[in-house]
Amino acid sequence: MQTTLEPAGQNLLEVRGLTKIFGTLKACDHIDLTIRPGEIHALLGENGAGKSTLVKMLFGSLEPNEGQIFWKGEPVRIASPGAARKLGIGMVFQHFSLFEALTAAENIALSLDDKTPISTIAAKSKALSYSYGLPLDPYALVGDLSVGERQRIEIIRCLLQTPQLIILDEPTSVLTPQEADKLFETLERLRSEGKSILYISHRLEEVKRMCDGATVLRHGKVVGHCDPRKETASSLARMMVGNEVQAVVRPPVEASAPHPALLEIRNLNRKPATPFSIPLKNISLEVDAGEVIGIAGVAGNGQGELFEAVSGEVLQQEAGAIRIGGKDAGRTGISGRRLLGAAFVPEERLGHGAAPRMKLSDNLLLSRHRTDGKAFLGALGMVQSGAIRAAAQRINEVMDVRKSAPDPEAAALSGGNLQKFIIGRELDRKPSVLVVNQPTWGVDAGAAARIRQALIELARSGSAVLVISQDLDELFEISDAIAVMHNGELSKPLPIAEASFEKIGLLMGGAEPGHVEHLKEVA
Amino acid sequence: MRIELVKRPQRSALFSVLSPFIALALTLVAGAIMFTVLGKNPIEALYYYFVAPLSGLWNPDDVWQLHELAIKAAPLILIAVGLSICYLSNNWNIGAEGQFIVGAIVGSVLPVMFPQYESWIVLPLMLVMGVAGGAAYAAIPAFLKTRFNTNEILTSLMLVYVAQLVLDWMVRGPWRDPQGHNFPQTVQFNSSAILPELMPDSGRANWGFVFALVAALVMWFLVSRTLKGFEIKVLGQSPRAGRFAGFSSSRMVFFGFLVSGGLAGLAGISEVSGAINQLQPTISPGYGFTAIIVAFLGRLNPLGIVVAGLVLALSYLGGEAAQTAIGVSDKAVRAFQGMLLFFVLACDTLILYRIRFVRFAAKTTELAHGHA
Repeated sequence: MQTTLEPAGQNLLEVRGLTKIFGTLKACDHIDLTIRPGEIHALLGENGAGKSTLVKMLFGSLEPNEGQIFWKGEPVRIASPGAARKLGIGMVFQHFSLFEALTAAENIALSLDDKTPISTIAAKSKALSYSYGLPLDPYALVGDLSVGERQRIEIIRCLLQTPQLIILDEPTSVLTPQEADKLFETLERLRSEGKSILYISHRLEEVKRMCDGATVLRHGKVVGHCDPRKETASSLARMMVGNEVQAVVRPPVEASAPHPALLEIRNLNRKPATPFSIPLKNISLEVDAGEVIGIAGVAGNGQGELFEAVSGEVLQQEAGAIRIGGKDAGRTGISGRRLLGAAFVPEERLGHGAAPRMKLSDNLLLSRHRTDGKAFLGALGMVQSGAIRAAAQRINEVMDVRKSAPDPEAAALSGGNLQKFIIGRELDRKPSVLVVNQPTWGVDAGAAARIRQALIELARSGSAVLVISQDLDELFEISDAIAVMHNGELSKPLPIAEASFEKIGLLMGGAEPGHVEHLKEVA
Repeated sequence: MRIELVKRPQRSALFSVLSPFIALALTLVAGAIMFTVLGKNPIEALYYYFVAPLSGLWNPDDVWQLHELAIKAAPLILIAVGLSICYLSNNWNIGAEGQFIVGAIVGSVLPVMFPQYESWIVLPLMLVMGVAGGAAYAAIPAFLKTRFNTNEILTSLMLVYVAQLVLDWMVRGPWRDPQGHNFPQTVQFNSSAILPELMPDSGRANWGFVFALVAALVMWFLVSRTLKGFEIKVLGQSPRAGRFAGFSSSRMVFFGFLVSGGLAGLAGISEVSGAINQLQPTISPGYGFTAIIVAFLGRLNPLGIVVAGLVLALSYLGGEAAQTAIGVSDKAVRAFQGMLLFFVLACDTLILYRIRFVRFAAKTTELAHGHA
């Protein structure tokens, strides 16, 4: 079926009135979308706009409530990912589904239905990977590969099935700028072969650079189809968000005020806890009062391990490895570090930063039962629910947390609103040190801007703020200096005036810091 | 066709409350069917099981039966209240039966080894030693879990059999009553080692029932009103969030096991000192296991457990009554309790999930289109 040539101008995929309802929420509301052969089509939208739901319906993991899908002009019903693959639709997910203990070829073999021997698959995928400029060693263990290389496995796995439409979900969110460039070359090549690509992203520059057409979603509805090359980044952003997003203001650090180091990390080492976690190697960093330091890096280079070490969820061998407010804290647990004035916001909200099945007021107690024991606890450790509810109410108002009930379970909130609550919970304490991992991941643009502004304001009021993020735009917006994590090592922080996307990107890819210094001189 | 469980977006508050009652009703229906199959009149059988033991409520001559109910309910409630703490923190102590027995053995050291020593202090010491014995025995699976990551379900269960055999050996060997005509039992406890009866005029119920009610109240307060209770629930529901809160999950393993083991030990020594007055090869009709049903039937809420404990105690008494009155095997009680646990867990599952039937017909249409 893949061999039939369609007449010029016929659409490869056409979607009419596709609707998906979850309970009372219309995740997708009468979506129309057409993709021509040989087109890279962007699907734009904020988190929660309905992109993933739409794509899941196209790939057969969700069934639409209403509407029709036409494949090469014929109405089809895609009931499973297997059916989608049979039609010629392939997908590369944002979160990989790979077994770390198996080799690349074994992982590929798992997804193929037939019983081709591994050696054939290995040879085929190797040939394919080189021909597309994505070199891959099929016998490498996935656990040893970088995130970019793992993505290659997913792409090769998808290409092996010779799809005509490839769906890519936020493919560059895990890549360095240089790795992303390489991916774009591959995509251009696929386009020249007549394959179509549905490209999901919220990075507007990429979309402008590569895509032939774009469909913009907002709140589950199509707000427009456009040619991204004719739009500006800000006009696209306006379509996505619906109004202008307030720019984050970063006032200069007050030079006259004293800037003691409030958070010090000194030669921090950590052995890997599991065979696939990253060891931390000799990390040193100082965060002074009044400044925001950003830590950039591709996901899975030790950021999570660093956060656990700094927060005190995992203790250090030496007390001096972490110092908070000038006091040794390496042997102190997370509660003790909070008592020294530090506050922490982990990457994962449900199940780490908040207990999903507990009310917001209970989740307030979660991180503040020690620091605010006087206000929140009575004799015999009795929980003062009135005081806690009042405090939760105050935080919800300050952070503009939208919720459906006065005190709902954490899992009932959208990701962005829960994040606003979690950040608000810590800011409410006015901590002298704040460590945040991925502050705005999955948060809509308006709320993200609010959170970023709040972090800057906390720093300027005299606290030290450390932000770990994969979002380079974000780090450039809020940081006074950026350090890069790569393979468990941390580079020296580059003052923001000297930092550029290119330099940070090279460090993210593992270039020696010396090499970047050299580049600076040339530039 | 295949059957799937799909998570419900919302739990129904109404059915969360009704669930134990629905389970109870279903158990009665299934029990009636069981008796019919056995060739008994189901109405009569259910009457002897669930109504006759309660006749003390309206017939003053039968008040002694209510005392028997309290005697049976006391160990069930004591053990189940402890287990609820353990289960809420996501630690699975299945070995309360063993902790009950070890509590009874350790608590009996004084009256068995020093039968002449009579003093007011004997009884309090016995109770304290019973608690300590049960807690220490429960500390074994806790230690194995925290140190070697062993599955506590298996270790705590296996230790039950060890405890049963140790008790058997004790009463046949070192602790056998020299004047006991070679019966496998210890000496009768002296009067200062016996847990007093509450109202000796009307029946045998002893202070064990009061211990059970006090334990239920204290644990209810702990779980629902204090930071410790919050810690138990957080660590049980999402351990990583618990660690973020600064709570230690290994300390919680010990806390859960020590509390539940201690209360099981208290139940054990109370039973021996209050109801049996000596050690025998068998001192429990499976209280430690039945208490698991009590804990779940009471929805892991200490106050609910008091009610559930009375219901299960009723099934024990009813079993005895039905055995003498209509000749049903005492194994029917086990069947009843098993059905009850099954229906309780099934009802709880259906509150969280709904059943979906998936037909394979969809697949064929999809294939047809796939080749189009």
